[in-house]
Amino acid sequence: MATHTEQLTRPAVRLRGLTRSFDRRTVLDGIDLDIPAGQFVALLGHSGSGKSTLLRAIAGLDHQVTGSGQLTAPERISVVFQDSRLLPWRRVLDNVLLGTDGEDKGRAALEEVGLGGREQAWPSELSGGEAQRAALARSLVREPELLLADEPFGALDALTRIKMHALLRELWERHRPSVLLVTHDVDEAIVLADRVLVLEEGRIGLDLAIDRDAGADARGEYRLRLLAALGVTEDLR
Amino acid sequence: MSAVTTTAPAVTEAPPAVRRKRRSLSPGRRLPATRLIGPVLLLALWAAASAAGRLDPGAVPAPWTVLETGARLWTEGTLPDDILTSLQRAASGFAIGLVAGVALALAAGLSRVGEALIDGTVNLNRAIPTLGLIPLFILWLGIGETFKIAIIAIVVYIPIYLNTHAALAGIDSRFVELAEVQGLNRFQFIRQIVIPGALPGFFVGLRLGVTGSWLGLVVLEQINATSGLGYLMFQAQNYGQSDVILVGLVVYGVFGLVSDSAVRLIERRVLSWRRTLSS
Ligand SMILES: Nc1ncnc2c1ncn2[C@@H]1O[C@H](COP(=O)(O)OP(=O)(O)OP(=O)(O)O)[C@@H](O)[C@H]1O
Ligand SMILES: [Mg+2]
Repeated sequence: MATHTEQLTRPAVRLRGLTRSFDRRTVLDGIDLDIPAGQFVALLGHSGSGKSTLLRAIAGLDHQVTGSGQLTAPERISVVFQDSRLLPWRRVLDNVLLGTDGEDKGRAALEEVGLGGREQAWPSELSGGEAQRAALARSLVREPELLLADEPFGALDALTRIKMHALLRELWERHRPSVLLVTHDVDEAIVLADRVLVLEEGRIGLDLAIDRDAGADARGEYRLRLLAALGVTEDLR
Repeated sequence: MSAVTTTAPAVTEAPPAVRRKRRSLSPGRRLPATRLIGPVLLLALWAAASAAGRLDPGAVPAPWTVLETGARLWTEGTLPDDILTSLQRAASGFAIGLVAGVALALAAGLSRVGEALIDGTVNLNRAIPTLGLIPLFILWLGIGETFKIAIIAIVVYIPIYLNTHAALAGIDSRFVELAEVQGLNRFQFIRQIVIPGALPGFFVGLRLGVTGSWLGLVVLEQINATSGLGYLMFQAQNYGQSDVILVGLVVYGVFGLVSDSAVRLIERRVLSWRRTLSS
C-alpha cells in the first residue's frame, strides 16, 4: 500500500454530491466518493438501490437521466456488463477488438483470460463462462484506468464464478486499474475487493476497508457487518 | 428393432432408460438436394399421366411436347429475345427497387428527420396496391419500358424498405450502449453494429422483393406488351397453344427458382454467424 501513496493523492474517481432521479424519484441522493487509482472497490446494495444507476453515471451512459453533482472519471474506462454482450456477427477476436485495433493485443488479451486458440470462434459457440471471459478480454484490451463491472458473474454457475474471481483478481494485480464492481453477493465482495461500499437510500451507508491478509475470523466479522448494513439481521446473534 | 426374429431375446438392445434422449425440436440435419424431391415427383406424375393418356393433350400437353415446343421456339422462334427482354425488365426494376428500398430504409432508420419524412409516405404507398397504379403510370410514362420498370421497382422497394427499416429500428439497445462504452464513432457504429444487425431483416425483404419482381413482370407483360415472355404466352392463348403457355410458365418458374436460390446462397454466406433452424 505504501508504494501507492503518490497515486492515492489523486483519486481516479471523484464524486461530489452526485444526484440522479427518475420521474422526480431520487435514486442517488448526493453521493460523495473518492476511489484512489488502482483500488478494487465492490458496491453492494439491495435490488433497486441504485447500484447500476451509479455505475452508469460514472461510465457516462446516463444521457436521459436528470441529476446534478460533480463527477471526475478517467479517460479510459471499460465496462463489463452482466451479459457478455458479444456481437453475434463478429468472431471472438473481432469482438475483443471492437473500437480499437491491434490484433496482437487482442490475441494477448484472449490468451490472458484463457481463450487462446478460440480467436475465430463465433460467440454462439462459447459457453457462458467463456463468453464472459471474452468480455473481460475486450475490456482489458483498452488498458483501462477504471474498470466498471455490473454484476459480471451474476449469470454464471457457482464453480465458474470461483474461477472467474481468481481470474479477475489476477488480472487486476497485473494491470492495476481502479475497479468498481457491483455485486449482490456479500462473499464475492469480501473475496475480491479492498474496500466494500453499501449503497442505501441513495447514499453510501457503509464504507468498509477489507484487510486482505486477515484471517477467517475477521472475514466473518466483515460478513456480519455487511449483512447488517444490508438489513439482514437474523444471521446476527 | 423388432425385425430381427431370432430366437434369442434382444440382448444387444441397450437399456431403454439410459438411451432416452430429449426429443429434438429442430427439423434435423439438412439432406442434400431435398428441395428438388417435390418438383421431381410432380413431374414424374405428370409424365406418367400423359403417357397413360389420362390427360387431354389440348389442355395439358405432355412434358416432352412442352420440351419440344421449347426447343423449337428457342431455335426458330423468338424465345431467346423474349427471355432477354423479360430479364432486362425484371433486372432493371429490381435493381432500382433494391437501391431505393435500402437507401430509404437507411435514411429513415438512422435519422429522425428521415423517419418523419419517409416512413409515413412509404406506408401510404404500401396501402395502395401497386398493380392498381398501372393505368396512372401508363398515362404518365406511356406504354414503354419505363412504366414497366417503374412498376416493378415499386413492387420490389416496398418489402425491402419495410423489412430493412424494421430491422434497423429493432437493433438491441444493449448494443447501442456497448458501442458508446467502446467509444465507437457514429460511422463505426453504423458500419459495425447497425448494418450487420439489420442484415437478417434485409434478406427477408430481399427475397420478398425478388418474388415481387417476377410477379410484377408477369402481370405487366400479359396486359400490355409487344415483346417478352408474357406477350408470348398471351399470343399463345389466342391461338390455343397450351404447350407454348407451359413453356412460358416453365421459364418463369426457372427464373424464380434460380433467383431465390441465389439469394438464399448469398444469405447463408453473409449470415454464417447465425445458427438457426434452417442451417
Ligand atoms: N431508465 C429508468 N427509468 C425509470 N426508472 C429507472 C430507470 N433505471 C432505473 N430506474 C429505477 O431506479 C432505481 C435504481 O435502479 P438500479 O438499476 O440502479 O438498481 P440496482 O441497484 O442496480 O438494482 P439491481 O440489483 O436489481 O440491478 C430502481 O427503482 C429503478 O426502478
Ligand atoms: Mg443493477
